[in-house]
Amino acid sequence: MSTFNTSREEIAIVSFVELSPAEASQLDEIETIQTIVSRATDGAGIARDRIGFTVSGSCDMLVGRPFSWIMAMDGAGVSKPIEESHVEMDGAWALYEAWVRLQHGDIDAALIYCFGANAAEDLMQVLALQLDPYYLAPTGINAAEVAALQASAMLASGATERQFAEVAVRAGLAVSVEAALAEPYLHRPLRASDLPRFSDGAAAMVIARGDYARSVCARPAWIQSMAHIADGHSLGARDLSKSPSLEKAARLAGVGAKATQIVEVHAPFGPQEVIALEALKQAGLSADAKVNPSGGTRAAQSVMVAGLAAIGRAASAIHRGEASRTVGHASSGPALQHNLIAVLEERS
Amino acid sequence: MSEATKAVVKDVTTMASPVSLKFRARAGKDLSRFLRGMKERRIVGRVCPSCNYVYVPPRGACPTCGCPMGDERVLPETGTITTFCIVNIPFEGQKLKPPYVCASVLLDGADVALFHLVGGCDVNEVRMGMRVRAEWVDEADAELSLETIRYFVPTGEPDRPLAQIREHI
Repeated sequence: MSTFNTSREEIAIVSFVELSPAEASQLDEIETIQTIVSRATDGAGIARDRIGFTVSGSCDMLVGRPFSWIMAMDGAGVSKPIEESHVEMDGAWALYEAWVRLQHGDIDAALIYCFGANAAEDLMQVLALQLDPYYLAPTGINAAEVAALQASAMLASGATERQFAEVAVRAGLAVSVEAALAEPYLHRPLRASDLPRFSDGAAAMVIARGDYARSVCARPAWIQSMAHIADGHSLGARDLSKSPSLEKAARLAGVGAKATQIVEVHAPFGPQEVIALEALKQAGLSADAKVNPSGGTRAAQSVMVAGLAAIGRAASAIHRGEASRTVGHASSGPALQHNLIAVLEERS
Repeated sequence: MSEATKAVVKDVTTMASPVSLKFRARAGKDLSRFLRGMKERRIVGRVCPSCNYVYVPPRGACPTCGCPMGDERVLPETGTITTFCIVNIPFEGQKLKPPYVCASVLLDGADVALFHLVGGCDVNEVRMGMRVRAEWVDEADAELSLETIRYFVPTGEPDRPLAQIREHI
């Protein structure tokens, strides 16, 4: 295990909240942030003045407005001025930045929040804009079609549509494998049950150090390690049926070092869950680890939130005493390009 | 590189890749109140229950306190220019012909300035501290939009001293 990916300070997830899609769809960004931030801090007995760093994750392309996160910051209470940062990514990467910041050892706690208010009429087309602007984006390919290319590559290397259907059933997007397989193709070989159901959403999390973490949380989810790795960007430059970056990140984070009871995987498209679990297995994930007991994020997928939600749910399982070691996974980019792993543990 | 490829590469120096996306903006609860007020030609703000600052347009949370906003407050249509700029440069999508003035207008009783246009006078007459009032479009043309105020025009009252508006700039 690389020392760069292990917590030097004792750092734990002490609070995590998500906004339901129904609630999020009624609010603008500021109202959304105000609601989740107050629930994750005041609602969890965490004093705002103990938070030394705040970092958010979101994407302007979802809202269709430049610098939308600056406006949204009002909801976090930013004056008097706070120390603050932003990633134009899923909140999971905001968590990573906050975790690195806390390892400096000079502040007690950090707040992370992310929001995915989606105003785009065609989100699949918006997501395709992250493709390279010279060779891929001009072809007009959308995100679902990229995922279909990936699923095709999987079938060509031995995966089966039945595997995809099993993932759909687990995500609550199909009542049975047979029912999933009976659906018509939308983007061959993808069916409706392989695609995410997009929704508005938001999430907030507080991480804290050592004694402060113990003082605000009965059962902190200690971050044993975190690692993130990206594969090459061009779809033609890698084997789409695999995720070497996820396997490597999982090895760096030491996923296989101990038995894991729960893994929460963030795979925007169903077949990607098969790839992700295979990579985690190769890195030593316990064969009997429960996969996505929270239901996963695909049935109500909020872009820029789902990754942090997967990690937050893995932490919540420890908070509730349901597991002593969990793994959270977040992904970003086209065709599962960029992957982040967090290993969480209970400590007595 | 083959001769044929060279010929192609030589000719391709730029590539047009037009992108077009459609979005549906969501105003949220607070801005919706403001926009409904605009349709009735009223300026609606809200008061922070913690620091008593009056925000217009109202927003979902007080940026100072981070709490939800409190009571609604209907504001007068008069105010003071805190800062302004004269727009001399033409740009794509511009609705007015330069030169024209964009200004921050601190409505009487509000604590944050509203950003809008100034009209009804020569651009060179506009100054910090100048008293202005909203010039509304006709009732029939009132929309769920800030453009229901056409622009702010000078009232002719004496200027407010800078010391009185300094905190709100």
